[in-house]
Amino acid sequence: MAFRDDVRRIRAIAWKDLTTERRSKAGFNSVAALGVTILVLFGFALGPDAQALRDAAAGALWLSALFAGVLAFNRSYQVELESGALDQLLQYPGPRWVIYVGKLIANSLFVGLMLIIVIAVGIALFQVSIPAAWPSLLGVFALGAVGLVVLGTFYAAMASRSRAREVLLPLLLFPMLVPVLLAAISASKALLVGDMMHEAGAWIKLLGAYDLIFFVATLWAFEYVIEV
Amino acid sequence: MVTSKSELAIEAQGVARRFGARWVLRGVSLQLEPGEIVGLLGANGSGKTTLLRIFGTLLKPTAGTALIYGHDVARETDAVRSELGFLAHTPGLYDDLTARENLKFGAMMLGLPAGNNLDAALERVGLGHVINERVRGFSAGMQRRLALARLLLRHARVLLLDEPYSNLDTAGIALMNEIITEAGNAGGAALVVLHELAPAAGVLDRTITIENGRVADSRPAPVPRLRPRTAERAAAGAGGGR
Repeated sequence: MAFRDDVRRIRAIAWKDLTTERRSKAGFNSVAALGVTILVLFGFALGPDAQALRDAAAGALWLSALFAGVLAFNRSYQVELESGALDQLLQYPGPRWVIYVGKLIANSLFVGLMLIIVIAVGIALFQVSIPAAWPSLLGVFALGAVGLVVLGTFYAAMASRSRAREVLLPLLLFPMLVPVLLAAISASKALLVGDMMHEAGAWIKLLGAYDLIFFVATLWAFEYVIEV
Repeated sequence: MVTSKSELAIEAQGVARRFGARWVLRGVSLQLEPGEIVGLLGANGSGKTTLLRIFGTLLKPTAGTALIYGHDVARETDAVRSELGFLAHTPGLYDDLTARENLKFGAMMLGLPAGNNLDAALERVGLGHVINERVRGFSAGMQRRLALARLLLRHARVLLLDEPYSNLDTAGIALMNEIITEAGNAGGAALVVLHELAPAAGVLDRTITIENGRVADSRPAPVPRLRPRTAERAAAGAGGGR
């Protein structure tokens, strides 16, 4: 019975976050626009050399997703801070992890949609041909997005208690994301060039392991960062 | 509903709270019995809201113990939260949800049955005509009423109200008093942070004044509440005199 109530609470939070985001629109539009803009800027920085663009595509894609994602994670708690909704949210009975999981689901859909747009633009802009192993590449994008959202949602909750949250979030998040980004970029790059060295599998396993470890750790620690 | 561990609805024993180097509460001790409605008075910065937030499990005391029906607010948060109805100074609503959706979210978080009558709660607080309108367009008073409707969903045994009359018109104040009185008459307790006593005349049993983080005074309300038993006696007396 208690578990059913928790599932209901998770659904409620995810529904509330997605509904407010869908209606305000400004959030998603600005996040997606930022992701695409960063990608275009990378394109300008790399110049017209087609090979250089292809080599840098994976890194540029993930870094664009990261910078745009930070904006999305900050927004997800901004809604709670406006008019003191976070206090009300914490007043409801039930474990604190349900708040985290609810926000995680909403952020996953939100960042996933943004990532689709960034990937589509990236493929066109960086003249990347879709590899034969595209299902594996899709898996890498999914695992990378999960790692990004798990840590982003957690550290955004931690930063939300601070007045300097916009600055604090990247400072906390970026160092923790290094292993996820390294694995995601390396696996994506290997798959994009045909994985001749057969290294993608190892990176994908590593990425999956990071996701699992970070998910379990943040699920356990969330209560301590959201309560004061 | 959680089983009671104590006869007292609200109890504080030497509650202290520090923010950085500043002690906002310096050892507050107070008790509220079930059915008692108490106004918490004091100047700005005296520690009223901090005390209310400690009872509401939103802050942990630096020292001392705060209990709601015998449950420690710092350690038994879930048991405490299922007893509480907390109305903060800010409404805590989602601007891009409608009035009904805000209540639906509250009902889901409280684990209330799906068929729970949200519209009736909205009708009661006078928002029946804006059920499907987004909160973004509501006035401060309407938002206050919606927060009150959300409070009604809880059927709480303890009400913690932080300046509940702010932004309310005369009808809103009367509605707030009706809800507080109902809670008291049903055996619930209420701790109401106030800046002035006038709107709560005839609602309170007692007032407690906080000064510099300590209880400076506790006395019966100037216009005390007519409790049900007293009211019945008064009605019987009036009938006998005819």
